[in-house]
Amino acid sequence: MDVWSSLMDGFATALTPMNLLFAVIGVLLGTAVGVLPGLGPAMTVALLLPVTAALEPTSAFIMFAGIYYGGMFGGSTTSILLNTPGESSSVVTAIEGNKMAKAGRAAQALATAAIGSFIAGTIGTALLAVFAPIVVQFAVSLGAPSYFAIMVLALLAVTAVLGSSRLRGFASLALGLAIGLVGIDSVTGQRRLTFGQPLLVDGLDIVVVAVAIFAVGEALWVAAHLRRTPLHVIPVGRPWMGKKDWQRSWKPWLRGTAFGFPFGALPAGGAEIPTFLSYVTEKRLSKHPEEFGKGAIEGVAGPEAANNAAAAGTLTPMLALGLPTNATAAVMLAAFTSYGIQPGPQLFSSQGPLVWALIASLFIGNFLLLLINLPLAPVWAKLLQLPRPYLYAGILFFATLGAYSVNLQAFDLVILLVLGALGFMMRRFGLPVLPLILGVILGPRIEGQLRKTLQLSAGDPAGLFSEPIAIVVYIIVAIILAWPFIYKLIRRNRPDKKPLLPANSGAADYSD
Amino acid sequence: MSSLATGLKGRAELGVALLLGAVGVLVFLDANGLVTPYSQSDPVGPKTVPFIVSGLLIICAILLAINVLRGGKGEAEGGEDVDLAHPADWKTVLPLAGAFILNILLIDWAGWVISGTLLFWGSVLALGSRRYLRDGLISVALALATFYGFYLGLGIALPAGLLEGIL
Repeated sequence: MDVWSSLMDGFATALTPMNLLFAVIGVLLGTAVGVLPGLGPAMTVALLLPVTAALEPTSAFIMFAGIYYGGMFGGSTTSILLNTPGESSSVVTAIEGNKMAKAGRAAQALATAAIGSFIAGTIGTALLAVFAPIVVQFAVSLGAPSYFAIMVLALLAVTAVLGSSRLRGFASLALGLAIGLVGIDSVTGQRRLTFGQPLLVDGLDIVVVAVAIFAVGEALWVAAHLRRTPLHVIPVGRPWMGKKDWQRSWKPWLRGTAFGFPFGALPAGGAEIPTFLSYVTEKRLSKHPEEFGKGAIEGVAGPEAANNAAAAGTLTPMLALGLPTNATAAVMLAAFTSYGIQPGPQLFSSQGPLVWALIASLFIGNFLLLLINLPLAPVWAKLLQLPRPYLYAGILFFATLGAYSVNLQAFDLVILLVLGALGFMMRRFGLPVLPLILGVILGPRIEGQLRKTLQLSAGDPAGLFSEPIAIVVYIIVAIILAWPFIYKLIRRNRPDKKPLLPANSGAADYSD
Repeated sequence: MSSLATGLKGRAELGVALLLGAVGVLVFLDANGLVTPYSQSDPVGPKTVPFIVSGLLIICAILLAINVLRGGKGEAEGGEDVDLAHPADWKTVLPLAGAFILNILLIDWAGWVISGTLLFWGSVLALGSRRYLRDGLISVALALATFYGFYLGLGIALPAGLLEGIL
């Protein structure tokens, strides 16, 4: 299949007036939720799932693509103007970005973030368009044993690599897997964890679970600790950059992209590691190292590019393998399923036009973000002044509405409240949210692959190791699991290194 | 923080371990209760994965309990609007949950326009807004707008309830 002509077909689909309108809506909505505290792209996509059921899948995904990139863009605006990053991936941006804003260079910080995001997003999306079909070609040759192994790897890697406590990550994962078990077993028709409750037979709707954990849990948690003194938002005009800023920004943009895409594309993806690596690299390479910590533009340009390139990278395993590694991708995967589209390597052949329209709309969304958001930055900054009672009451209101409209059952709202309380508890005691969501979404699919694998080998566990790729993946899994012990051994032989980031630079937040 | 308060905080997190353990036992008992004959086409059966999950839950529960007793502490999540300096404010959270429960009880009988209005109004009040009239008007407007928006725009008929025939 020719990538170029497929992509052009994708553009033809995505550029129809109707789809372009959805792209604009997605981009605006995404930026708004990225800017607003307490809301994130994952939750927004989850809330929109029931609403978009009436739409063409293509239009819905074009809108989701806009929300995905827009959320990233909005997140950087907040972290520069407020210094309290809402997303773990913009923690690093906040370090230099907020210093720049305080020194009266907010316009330049926003400009380098926006243009860097555009460049990184465009390159990242191009790499996605080139690599995803290659990954698919490789993936279609894989059997159930390899799939099972790769899915186990993705789950364990996300759980073990991200976040501050592996133990709490695994606890969250286990809870997610348990939630995913509820309902009829697809192979034998047995009812699991339904407790005789007929409403549980179909399982817990992923919309309800995602909205409960992301929206209700977050709103209750913030309500319990609402800041009484409003944060100071640094006023900003239209973003712009001088010649010197361009000269200092373009290399960090490209280096950040180079860090971001591969890390995003790995099953253990995520934007935290590449943004951090980009920051450290720029600090070492900079001709103005003395400015770091006081507002160096390189420290905004690099990590912000890495963040967006990672976002594009994350879509590679999502589209090519059906493996999501961040919250928004996970909810988008659930959206595929709700449209009756089977995610996985067959996606490119069975839903080619949809996938290519989605990729084309990522290019378009990126461009729209630059076009719309540079002049709109002052408006977004105003959005941060929204009175908090309205914001959080609104989140609860729309969460209720979204969850209720899936099945029009008050019972779903009971589940929403119970899981919302769980989300509250997880935030209180430092259990990361992402492993739970991935457990709910991937759990049933992993079980399916496991049963297929052992069905092929007639119940012989050796069937799990019947493909070379599977064995390689299990070795990687073993290394990841044993890493803390290996790390201890290494550290025992070396003196302690100083931490490179301030210890309290922001708790990991997977909700956005 | 006094040593007593630290002790209490540690004990609260033991509740998480307890919850994990309880869910683990529940998953185990539920799976154990399934009756399935061995089938050649499905050697794994519906029980295996629940057993693994319950094992993982129970192991996490035990390790977490040990971790907490040894002084380990989960890091509460920060955020733009989160101020962890003051303790959890139950005077906000409980009324908020109350508004939510009221909506669950009323939605099918009184309809979305009434229950949704109460939900938003109650939440705004719980969160500390004191402009009763303006909040009330916004609540009614939101509930009405979503009701008609869903009905006309999406073809989803939210319950009209008591206002059946008027709306």
